[in-house]
Amino acid sequence: MKSLELKVKKKMHTTEGERYLEFTDKIDQGDFICLVGHSGCGKSTLLRMLAGLTNPDEGKISYGDEVWYDKQSGKNIEPQKRHIAYMFQDFALFPNMTVEQNIMFAQTKVDKEMIKELINIFGLNNLEKVRPTKLSGGQKQRVALARALASRPSILLLDEPLSAIDWHMRPALQDEIIKAHKYLGGISIMVTHDQQEANKMGDRIITL
Amino acid sequence: MIANADFIQTMATTGNLALWTTIILLIIGLPIAYFLAYGDFKGKSAVEALICMPMVLPPTVLGFYILLAYSPQNSFGAMLEQYFDIRLAFSFTGVLIASVICSMPFMIQPLQNGLALLPSSYREASYTMGKSKTITFFKVLLPNIKGSIITAIAMTFAHCMGEFGIVLMVGGNMPGNTRVASIALYDEVQSLNYEAANQYALLMFVVSFIALTIIYSINKSRRI
Repeated sequence: MKSLELKVKKKMHTTEGERYLEFTDKIDQGDFICLVGHSGCGKSTLLRMLAGLTNPDEGKISYGDEVWYDKQSGKNIEPQKRHIAYMFQDFALFPNMTVEQNIMFAQTKVDKEMIKELINIFGLNNLEKVRPTKLSGGQKQRVALARALASRPSILLLDEPLSAIDWHMRPALQDEIIKAHKYLGGISIMVTHDQQEANKMGDRIITL
Repeated sequence: MIANADFIQTMATTGNLALWTTIILLIIGLPIAYFLAYGDFKGKSAVEALICMPMVLPPTVLGFYILLAYSPQNSFGAMLEQYFDIRLAFSFTGVLIASVICSMPFMIQPLQNGLALLPSSYREASYTMGKSKTITFFKVLLPNIKGSIITAIAMTFAHCMGEFGIVLMVGGNMPGNTRVASIALYDEVQSLNYEAANQYALLMFVVSFIALTIIYSINKSRRI
């Protein structure tokens, strides 16, 4: 069973001055991890380092036998090759593509059956041909989740996916995320600033 | 409006110059705008300032230096003549190169701003989906800055149509070769031939008006 191992150190420039983010952990397959902590503590930075969007100053990140980042050997696998899915706070849905095209774009080889299945799972049946600008916050989140699953990633990274969603809609969408995690059966790491949300969703909660 | 052979020839030269300048600048402007929008390299501010220089510098100053560079008495001009048997001064190609340099900010600035204003999460999301930088550029970034691309094309084309100082310095006033509408207009006014002058002035007015209307209608539709 593959596990994600990371030992990283990163200097961060925050509003309260410079501080170091130091993090060491081992995350097993099937785990849903919630990262909590105050603003500027480095939750999103940690997620970005895992995705390869930000480089640590020191340390090593590996997934199974595959080394993604190693400062000592100078190895740094680009985000394209890490086989992760990253769900951004703003969902990052491409406005030039329809819902269906957004989901399709995540796949290397188009699997129409899977796209149909994802559209059904996330209740997007009447929205396939709609562009993201016409969608509500909750609909955007469901499209972003469907897109994140479309490539069957090994690791699902979620950066405050519910921060832009109304409170009354959150419980249903939290369930959607758990559904997505179970569908993949891999590792999911979610950043949240809501302790209750973390308690409900996480198999393990890490406070930074 | 009386359309005589001189008028048609001059407008054809002007249109040709504006069209080729716009095409060349679109091809070279896209990668330059990309590196300026997302690149973080030493001397970036200097490169940006250099590209924007034609906006603040009198075209005659730029034309003067380009003319000096074209001269066979200087190394660049001498090399062109010696190895390629090319003389750029007072030729259409020479004017075209000068026009590309002079119009660069009108193409690059809107493209650069358009790219810089896109959320960085678009690029990053595409990378995490396994897409290369080239695919991300053509499938995600470019389609989402259509308005900026059309603005850049319209601004560059309209600016080239009214090019005066640099064309006069580098190309002179050779009918059928380097004589463009703004120079012809000046000539006609000097000869007190106001009817012919009005033909050029009116056409340039209409072209500029259409270009700006396109830009404003695109910006308006993007705001809605």
